[in-house]
Amino acid sequence: MKLGEVVVRATGIEKYFGDQHVLRGIDLEVRAHETVMLVGRSGSGKTTLLRCLNFLEEPTVGVVEIDGVRVESDPLHARSRRHQEQIRQIRLRAGMLFQDFNLFPHMTVLQNCIEAPTRVKRIPKREAVATAERFLEKVGLSEKRDEHPSRLSGGQKQRAAIARALCMEPKVLMFDEPTSALDPELVGEVLKTMEELAHEGSTMIVVTHEMSFAREAADRVIFMADGAIVEQGPPEQVLDAPQEERTQAFLQRFLGETPELEPRP
Amino acid sequence: MSQVVAERPAILGEIDRARRSASRRHKAIFAATWVVILLLIGAAIYATDNRDTDWMATFGPFILGGAGITVLVSALSIVLAVVLALFGALGRLSSNPVINGIATFYVSLVRGTPLLVQLYFIYFSLPALGIILPAIESGVLALGFNYGAYMTEIFRAGIQAVPPGQREAAEALGMPERLVQRRIVLPQATRIVIPAIGNDFIAMIKDSALISLVGVQELFWRAGTTGRPARNTLEAFVIAALVYWALTIIFSFFQERLERRMARGDR
Repeated sequence: MKLGEVVVRATGIEKYFGDQHVLRGIDLEVRAHETVMLVGRSGSGKTTLLRCLNFLEEPTVGVVEIDGVRVESDPLHARSRRHQEQIRQIRLRAGMLFQDFNLFPHMTVLQNCIEAPTRVKRIPKREAVATAERFLEKVGLSEKRDEHPSRLSGGQKQRAAIARALCMEPKVLMFDEPTSALDPELVGEVLKTMEELAHEGSTMIVVTHEMSFAREAADRVIFMADGAIVEQGPPEQVLDAPQEERTQAFLQRFLGETPELEPRP
Repeated sequence: MSQVVAERPAILGEIDRARRSASRRHKAIFAATWVVILLLIGAAIYATDNRDTDWMATFGPFILGGAGITVLVSALSIVLAVVLALFGALGRLSSNPVINGIATFYVSLVRGTPLLVQLYFIYFSLPALGIILPAIESGVLALGFNYGAYMTEIFRAGIQAVPPGQREAAEALGMPERLVQRRIVLPQATRIVIPAIGNDFIAMIKDSALISLVGVQELFWRAGTTGRPARNTLEAFVIAALVYWALTIIFSFFQERLERRMARGDR
C-alpha cells in the first residue's frame, strides 16, 4: 500500500536508566500504512524506544509526535497533570501490544475490548460491542468473546489483545515482541494476524526477533545496537545485504550462517 | 478413524478404586478423631459435676442472645476496617507526601498500641476532650481502626501484587489514573486479599470479646456476668466458646464459597 503522511515522528530521543545511556539520540519517522520492524540484540534499546514512544518510559530528552499530538519529554514534571494529559492523548492514538499480552484477567474477552472505548472514549456500549465483535471476528475469536483470558491459549490471548487495541481505533499499532512468550506452534497464528493488518494498511511498529516475518511483512527494517539506529531500509537491503559490520555480525549469529555479501567497492 | 479402541488397562480401574477407598478411610478417621476429642472433653466436663441444668435453662438463652451483638459489632467493624484499609493502602502507596504521611502515621500508631488501650482511650479518655461515645460505638471504632491498620498493609501488599503489566496495559489504552485504579488494579487486588481479610474477620469476631470491658452486653459479657456470681463459670464459658466457634465455622464456610467464586475466571 502507498505510504501516506507521517504519523509518528520521534526526534532526538535520549534515555538514561540511572547512568546507563540506553537510547542515544534516536530520530524516527513512520508514515501511514507503513510497517516498521525494529531488530537487534536484546539490550540494544528497541523495546525501550517503543516504550518511549507512548511514554510508558519517559524519555530523558526528546519529542514525540503522533497524529499531530506533540509531546516533549519532561522528566522533571513527569507526574504533572498537564503532562500526563498530553501523554494520554498520545496513548489514545497509539495501540500497544505486549510480550505477555496483559489482558485483564477479571474480565471476559469482550469486556476487555469494550472497557477503554466505553469508559475512556465514552462510546455507547451497544456501539462498542458491535466494534469489538467486528474486530474479534477479524482476529478469529468470535466464539471466545465471553471467555475469561485464563481459558485462552497464548496465541488466542495475543490475538484478543490485538482486538482490544484495535477497538480504540489507533493511528499506529506498536508491538513489543508479540510472539516471544508463545509456544513455537502458536507463533504462526499471531504473525498471520499481524501480516493481515499490515496488508490492510495498518501503521505498525514492531519489535521482533522473527527475521523471516520481518522479511515478509516489513516495509522497513531498522537495526539497532547500543541505543542507536545503525542501519535501516527495506528488508531485502538490511537483512540480505547489510552494509554495517554490526548488522552483519547480528544476522550471522541469527541465521547461523554468513549472509552472502556483495564485495565492497 | 482407526477401529483399534485400546482397552482400558485393568490396573487403572484398580488404582481408581484404591484411591477412592483410601480417601474414604481418611475422611472416616478424620471424623472419628474429632468425635473422640469432643467426647473426651464432654466426659471431662461431665465428670466435674458442673452441670447445673436449671442454671443453663435460665441463662443459656440470655448468653446466646449476646451472639447477635457480637455479630453486629464484628460486621460493622469489618466494614469500617475495610474502608479504612482501602484508603490507608492507597495512602501508603501515594506519591503525595502529606497523604503518605497520614497513612503511615495511622498504621504506625495503631499497630504500635494495644487494642485494649485504644478501646479504653476511645471510651474513657475521649470524654475528657468532650467527645462522649456510647459503648457499642466505641467498640466498633476501636475494632475498626485497629483492624483497618493491619488490613492497610494487607491491601497494600495486594495492590503491589497485581502485575505491573496490568497497569501498563490500562495506561497504554489511555485510561486515566483513577480509572486504572478502580477498574483494573483494585478488582484484582481484592481477589488477592480476600483470604487474608477473611482471616482477619475471624480474628476480629473473637477480639470483639474485649468490648465487654466497656460494658457492651455481648456474648462474653453475658457469659461472665451470669456465670460468675452463681459459680457456674464452666457452663457459662463453654457455651460462649461454642458460640464463638460456631460463628467462625459458619463464616469460614461462606468465605470458602466466596473464594471459589472469585477464583473462577482468574488466570
